[in-house]
Amino acid sequence: MSYYFSAKNITKRYANHTALSSVSIDVPRQSIFGLLGPNGAGKTSLIRIINQITGPDEGEIWFDNEKLAPHHVEHIGYLPEERGLYKKMKVGEQALYLAQLKGVSKSDALKKLKYWFEKFEIQAWWNKKVEELSKGMQQKVQFIVTIIHEPSLLIFDEPFSGFDPINVNLLKEEILKLRENGATIIFSTHNMASVEELCDNIALINNSHKILEGSVKDIRNAYKANVFAIEYDGFSGPLKSVLPAEFDLIDQTVEDDVTRATIKLPKGTSQNELISRIIPHVSLHSFNEIIPAMNEIFIQTVNNAVNNSATSQNNHV
Amino acid sequence: MTEKKGYALLYIPRPTSSVPSAAVIYSEKQASIDLKSYIRNVMSKEVENQKLGAELLKEIRKVNPTYKTSGADSLAKETLISEEILKNIKTNITLTSIQMGEEGKEEKSFTEVSMGVGMFAGILIYFFIFLFGAQVMRGVIEEKVSRIVEVIVSSVKPFQLMMGKIIGVALVGLTQFMLWVVLTLALVTVFQTVMPDKMHKAQATEAFNPAQRIPADASTAVIAEEEVESDGISKITEALGSINYGIMIGAFLFYFLGGYLLYGAMFAAIGAAVDNETDTQQFMMPVTIPLILSIVMAQFVINNPEGPIAFWFSMIPFTSPIIMMVRIPFGVPYWELALSMVLLTLTFIAAVWLAGRVYRTGILMYGKKVSWGEMWKWLFYKG
Repeated sequence: MSYYFSAKNITKRYANHTALSSVSIDVPRQSIFGLLGPNGAGKTSLIRIINQITGPDEGEIWFDNEKLAPHHVEHIGYLPEERGLYKKMKVGEQALYLAQLKGVSKSDALKKLKYWFEKFEIQAWWNKKVEELSKGMQQKVQFIVTIIHEPSLLIFDEPFSGFDPINVNLLKEEILKLRENGATIIFSTHNMASVEELCDNIALINNSHKILEGSVKDIRNAYKANVFAIEYDGFSGPLKSVLPAEFDLIDQTVEDDVTRATIKLPKGTSQNELISRIIPHVSLHSFNEIIPAMNEIFIQTVNNAVNNSATSQNNHV
Repeated sequence: MTEKKGYALLYIPRPTSSVPSAAVIYSEKQASIDLKSYIRNVMSKEVENQKLGAELLKEIRKVNPTYKTSGADSLAKETLISEEILKNIKTNITLTSIQMGEEGKEEKSFTEVSMGVGMFAGILIYFFIFLFGAQVMRGVIEEKVSRIVEVIVSSVKPFQLMMGKIIGVALVGLTQFMLWVVLTLALVTVFQTVMPDKMHKAQATEAFNPAQRIPADASTAVIAEEEVESDGISKITEALGSINYGIMIGAFLFYFLGGYLLYGAMFAAIGAAVDNETDTQQFMMPVTIPLILSIVMAQFVINNPEGPIAFWFSMIPFTSPIIMMVRIPFGVPYWELALSMVLLTLTFIAAVWLAGRVYRTGILMYGKKVSWGEMWKWLFYKG
């Protein structure tokens, strides 16, 4: 399968540490790819290599079946984590300048900027200096200049930081719309809820190594622990009494005659078994499988990786 | 004149009165102020001695008309010297220097004016480098602090951004400079129209002294000049006309651009290495020392533009933009000029390249106290 964007065995070393060791990622066309990892894991290094701000020590990058080359910058839009605009420059002037830097003609840029400024309701700020704008307003300007040249590959580093919930929603909609219109998106964040909501695939980087990758659905399924949540009424006795001993009742709470319980089934036992066990006794309101959140997967995987490397280091000693 | 032996020729015309009061130096290069004041000293001492003898003889003859000069008048000297005599013997030697051009062409040279023009050009370059260099540094720091730099370097190469900054500031600077020149010219024009009388007078005086414009015969020229001495304006006009403006302006532009690129690149690297302007101090020192040194050295060079100090400092690229500008009005051999320019060009190319490497790493590095060693390491980072 050919990917729209691939990084192959990227290694980047600095004087006294390695930022990336043989990291590969594959991003399918028209998908949103989450680049996850704790602080200092090497995400920013990888993003800078993709943007050709720095070069890798080893490995190569493929972009739309071509080796990444300087002319590709016109097809890449980058929203860095640390936002920045010229403070003393006027908003419109600056947006025009940055659009032209990406190779958009002036008249074209003006037209597009007008559209986006109206959409984000900031057209009144065109002639204001950037320093007069609120932080959220500056973020909007920055988002617009990132996508103004209609890049086919977008890189968002923590795009939602500094936005209020209303604007976060607005932004999410825009990001999904961008994908619909054909853009491929690489998305780096610590907000796992938005990863579940937006991302098709992810890669998790920790301490310069890639430790997890795949589609969000597959990963979450793979991390399922056969845990189910049920809600019922009409049975006041202990649930334990109707369940076999190997069924693990993790949690049970009662509220307004409705009981909520979480049950972990042994490996290989299907949920139908559980339903058939309890149906004779209770009137069931809901039955859900608990799929682990990306948040838990993130923490669990990173911790495992840290422990592994700690033990392997100890073994060396 | 075919054999290039000796430094200069001193011609003392047969005096019209009893003692000479003027002389001409013919030299291949502009005579230095040291040489001129030395000749002036020796001559005036000698002339004053002679005059003193004559005056004393006069006084003695008043008393004893048959007195004949003999060696034993030391006693008489002390008793007879009066204030009047001292006033009479005071001598001012007019010394004109003439530069022998190629093909034996003779040009009047004006050491003082050369000094003035050279120093002015040197100081101008000093200020330009300092002013615009610091502006480059501030620009780089501003882009780094406001974090716009990461957005920009995702569109252009860091080296392009750095060069753009350096060239942009230079163009702004040159525009500013041109504005100053235009404004000054405008002011002078206004001054001339508002006060036309003085100017006309000066022109009239000049017109009455045709000899002064044709220094074909040195002795007449000297005499003519003595007569015009009171009229400063025409002398200055003539003096300013004696400077080779083609070389002067060409060299000024070259050394300004070369020196600015060299220092601008270093300032850009410093700007990229620090997080804010207060951190620049430790890096500024080593960069500004050669600049300050050259302006200090300029004062020695101006008195002896042919000496070893002048030569070496006008070859070292870090000081040559200022020192060479100071030397040029005195006349510099072409090979020295060429060598100095080649050295400066090579050095600024190297400096720009090295600065580009420091810049590239520095602009994306935050919150790190950077040392010289650290910057040295950045030079070897791969793209």
